[in-house]
Amino acid sequence: MTHLVPLPVVMPLLGAALTLLLLGRPRAQRWVSLTVLTATVAVAAMLLVGSTLDGPLVVEVGGWAAPMGIVLVADQLAALMLVVSAAVTLCVLVYSIGQGMADGDEETPLSVYHPTYLVLTAGVCNAFLSGDLFNLYVGFEILLVASYVLLTLGSTETRIRAGTTYVVVSLLSSVIFLVAIGLVYAATGTLNLAQLVDRLDALPDDIRLVLQGMLLLAFGIKAAVFPLSAWLPDSYPTAPAPVTAVFAGLLTKVGVYAIIRTETLLFPGGRTSTLLLVTAVLTMVIGILGAVAQSDIKRLLSFTLISHIGYMLFGVGLTSSLGLSAAIFYVVHHITIQTTLFLAAGLVERRGGSTALDRLGGLARLSPLLAVLFFVPALNLAGIPPFSGFLGKLGLVQAGIDDGGALAWILVAGGLVTSLLTLYAIARVWNLAFWRAPHADMPREDDAPRAARTDGAMEPGQNVATAQNAAVMPGLMIAPTAALVAFGLVLTVVAGPLLELSTDAADDLLRRTPYVEAVFPGGTP
Amino acid sequence: MTPNLTYVLVIGVLVAAGVTLLLERSLTRVLMGVVLLGNGANLLLLTGGRAGGAPIVGTTSQEEMSDPLPQAMILTAIVITLGMTAFLLALAYRSWHLNGHDEVQDDVEDRRIMTLAERDEGPDGEDTGDDDDDDMTAEDERRLAASATPGRSG
Repeated sequence: MTHLVPLPVVMPLLGAALTLLLLGRPRAQRWVSLTVLTATVAVAAMLLVGSTLDGPLVVEVGGWAAPMGIVLVADQLAALMLVVSAAVTLCVLVYSIGQGMADGDEETPLSVYHPTYLVLTAGVCNAFLSGDLFNLYVGFEILLVASYVLLTLGSTETRIRAGTTYVVVSLLSSVIFLVAIGLVYAATGTLNLAQLVDRLDALPDDIRLVLQGMLLLAFGIKAAVFPLSAWLPDSYPTAPAPVTAVFAGLLTKVGVYAIIRTETLLFPGGRTSTLLLVTAVLTMVIGILGAVAQSDIKRLLSFTLISHIGYMLFGVGLTSSLGLSAAIFYVVHHITIQTTLFLAAGLVERRGGSTALDRLGGLARLSPLLAVLFFVPALNLAGIPPFSGFLGKLGLVQAGIDDGGALAWILVAGGLVTSLLTLYAIARVWNLAFWRAPHADMPREDDAPRAARTDGAMEPGQNVATAQNAAVMPGLMIAPTAALVAFGLVLTVVAGPLLELSTDAADDLLRRTPYVEAVFPGGTP
Repeated sequence: MTPNLTYVLVIGVLVAAGVTLLLERSLTRVLMGVVLLGNGANLLLLTGGRAGGAPIVGTTSQEEMSDPLPQAMILTAIVITLGMTAFLLALAYRSWHLNGHDEVQDDVEDRRIMTLAERDEGPDGEDTGDDDDDDMTAEDERRLAASATPGRSG
């Protein structure tokens, strides 16, 4: 089973090389990307099964023994994240292929899209699997560099403007991470996560706090935690819809994953839990207040993304098993739902010609299917029972009440307020874009945008309206969005087993020994 | 290696200069800042390991070897910085191509809040301090836009 561990990193990288060789042959590129990502999902699922049955799976890369060489570790947390992120990237890939084909990419292919997308996937997988601090840095860099390219695709004026801020902020966080790594190595003489466990424990408290603070700062920028989140809502919405969706789903969650990993494995004991809890409540409330003030669906969703990062920090900050497992559950739920909503927003943009709320209207009547695709994940995000968003928030609230401290109660209150305000923000989108009468200058069925590009899409027997509707929202874009909506609902149905899994993962994280023993079966050197 | 004062000062100056340049508006200067900051970080990494002879078995005895790991990490970091420098240069060039300058611009929210603030002083007559606001020209607005900190909304 262990020989599968490097595959989620290696396969997308090889796929990227292959798609680069196939430049100018979009059809072949598509098939390579689809095959690679489907295989990645399958491997990730096997890793999840394997790590649940046999404990963490470890591979020493290149055959070099553990403290010398680099290890890749697939424990339950890493495998769970891999499964969800691989599934989400696959759906978004199908969506982007659908969009590309409808827009006539055949003639003017953006040939770097597929290689870059696969490199991004490899970076995300590498970050999840890494058992070494420097390899984690490399994983972050791989995914960030790919994201720079994806964000500035086509290099239009707005994308260059937004991309500049994003690149500079990300570079700064990378430098901070690199400095933190240098300090950790200077203090302990190792970067292997499992070996760091003992060596960091032996350090004086003040030095440990400095190291922990620097790592938290670096990951906090990547995860868009409140005072460090200003870059996000300005940069994400300018990218093409599928790119925004995959960024929103995965990139910030990699930061959250890194925070979970370092807070549990390297720096247990919750010395920074007050800090985490305070930033969590600020992130939740200020993020959602930002969302309420927005008049553009994509920007609004970006602010809800920041806001809900707060829920995950809440769970991590509590440092209890219940809190941690609820946080892991919430990460899984949020990756799926936030991506779905951005994909739906992309469809809204195509159908309505805009994502500005004052220019949309009547979509519920014009396109009932789109309305459903937006409505279900939106309610899920707001935490309406019985959806998984409700279950995740319920778990966090329960963990907060169990904790019983004054700060925990403030967070419970903050979480509930945020949930209500999310519902308000989402209801505003629903009322303005979907429910009210269609706007006067909304594109109607007969002059839908891009309808001109549909030569060949019409089949005999189809009436004109449906054919044009299909051109604006091609089946290949609807299907992955619907699949993700369904996946979100499945998360609700299998919430019991999923919560069991995340509780197992949380317990293993808190005990720390399963991870260390898997890397060093004969005891830490 | 054991950090001595000169070494620490060099790192400090590099980082300080890097941060100063990073706060500039022009992307080319930001790029210089990133490069300096990266070099400072690389030198810092070097202090993490022991100094000594070449770490090759046979040429140096094991006690006198330097620690090769920080150097390997620095090499990786240099390669990454190289790629990023190329990307940022392309970004600056494209920005100059499109706008005639390579300045980092204000984000949407900043500009929106500024227009809101300008509109605010009209109807309810609540002029909060700044008397010159009423006869603000387009030139003033541009200066205001240029002086606001970028990326600070949200």
